[in-house]
Amino acid sequence: MYTQALNAGAVGAGQPPGEDAALLARFQERVDADQRIEPNDAMPEAYRRTLIRQISQHAHSEIIGMQPEGNWLTRAPSLRRKAALLAKVQDECGHGLYLYAAAETLGIAREELVDQLLTGKAKYSSIFNYPTLSWADIGAIGWLVDGAAIMNQIPLCRCSYGPYARAMIRVCKEESFHQRQGFEIMLTLARGTSAQKAMAQDALDRWWWPCLMMFGPPDAASQHSDTSTRWKIKRFSNDELRRKFVDATVPQAHFLGLTLPDPDLRFDADSGHWEFGAIDWDELRRVIAGDGPCNADRIAARRCAHEDGAWVREAALAFAAKRQAKQAA
Amino acid sequence: MAPGPIRVAETPLVSYLLRRADDALVLGHRLSEWAGRAPTMEEDMALANMGLDLLGQARMLYAHAGEVEGRGRDEDAFAYWRDERGYRNLLLVEQPNGDFAVTIVRQFLYAAYAEPYWRAMMASGDATLAAVGAKAEKEMAYHVRHCAEWVVRLGDGTAESRARAAAALTELWPFTGELFEVDGTDRTLIAAGIAVDPQTLREPWQRTVIQVLAEATLEAPPAGFMRRGGRSGRHSEHLGHLLAEMQHLQRSNPGAAW
Ligand SMILES: [Fe+2]
Ligand SMILES: [Fe+2]
Repeated sequence: MYTQALNAGAVGAGQPPGEDAALLARFQERVDADQRIEPNDAMPEAYRRTLIRQISQHAHSEIIGMQPEGNWLTRAPSLRRKAALLAKVQDECGHGLYLYAAAETLGIAREELVDQLLTGKAKYSSIFNYPTLSWADIGAIGWLVDGAAIMNQIPLCRCSYGPYARAMIRVCKEESFHQRQGFEIMLTLARGTSAQKAMAQDALDRWWWPCLMMFGPPDAASQHSDTSTRWKIKRFSNDELRRKFVDATVPQAHFLGLTLPDPDLRFDADSGHWEFGAIDWDELRRVIAGDGPCNADRIAARRCAHEDGAWVREAALAFAAKRQAKQAA
Repeated sequence: MAPGPIRVAETPLVSYLLRRADDALVLGHRLSEWAGRAPTMEEDMALANMGLDLLGQARMLYAHAGEVEGRGRDEDAFAYWRDERGYRNLLLVEQPNGDFAVTIVRQFLYAAYAEPYWRAMMASGDATLAAVGAKAEKEMAYHVRHCAEWVVRLGDGTAESRARAAAALTELWPFTGELFEVDGTDRTLIAAGIAVDPQTLREPWQRTVIQVLAEATLEAPPAGFMRRGGRSGRHSEHLGHLLAEMQHLQRSNPGAAW
């Protein structure tokens, strides 16, 4: 799925000692000229670290994001939906793989990043700490969560770092397919039986606010995104992206005949935007701090898969070593 | 849409199609249970791929069963509205995932059979079965390759992986006899040029299995009692749980479209 503007700011404000000002200036010139930065190019250490953090958070989100949807794979209500959901969960895994590969170009091994996730050091998108309680949640995730991911990621297709930008182009194509598929699930439910419509409304009620939180804290409260902006890692602020998402999504909810769970939502004719009510930022802080409904389950499931698979990975390594020894002999 | 569980009037061809469709659906469902739980991310992708192949095969076969039966039933009517006793799949494919070795050995034993099976079915007198064969044969060839690589790695990997692979073989071997079973349904369709004689698949299956096990430094378990019953709806206890989970949402909302 995608990364969250959790701490989208650059790591470390100042340059490390010894990193020369001329290098920084040359780097900034290249970025300003919209030249893509490639893995072997000189880059400031803070740029590298910021990207590693952002790309790996994004990768972790894709991998953790397999869980809430995987929760309905064995219960999908039709064979067509079952196959589509399995393909989607597989796509998310593929996104995780490209993104870990993009992070590896910055000089860090996938194993180390995975370790950061398993030990709870790394963050992933808070949205995946909410449970999928009905089939409609699968529709809501595709429509809203993939939809929010697209808003965030389309600008990343022009990110200054080449491997990340290229990964995003591929990922965005698939996310928009997921978004349409999710919307279509919601549409089927909304036009279905009264029980199905209620299921769709309940899912929207539960997912709407957490989706708005996906864009991260309000601009007023988030510091240090200046460097990321200057380096063209981030091109729009959290609030700008959130507003775009709301403007795009409200008419879709109306088309579905569903009600957004926000009594303050109204269209402002002067600005041409939908104005929405206050977001519960305490909830976001709580979920990020580990107290969301599923944080513990998500990490436990990831650890369990990792530990259960250890003997398989060891076997593969042992086998490869034997083959190599045989070839050498 | 069915108001309750359906009973299919099984002509030989309908029965035959349901057997193949049920094999593919149940095994595909088992593979989907792995999503997000595989030993590596690459393997998560591969297991999902194989699951998707099988779901695709199942859907084509159910759709054809619906046409042949001629009562307006679609793929979901067969998948979601038949009870356990109406399911016609092999006992092998309904066995639980167990550890990764069990899943891989199960997939290997099935694919080593399904690949030559579908290849032979490309010559079926039933045009749809022949078309499914053309697609499934390629898919199952990949399953054989992928699983054979793992069987070899596990067998010739560490002491632990070897023990697990051997245990998986012992556990699943008694379910392999059913692959080659022939009953009245088969005989009718073999005579009509629609089905292949499964007895002719025993030799290619054995060749693949023996060759891969040899490379894996594993041995085939000794011939012994073979379990059967899947084709006539006498299953192991595992299938009922799988179906309960798979069918509950569809069945709690009769008449709903998804
Ligand atoms: Fe994704
Ligand atoms: Fe997605």
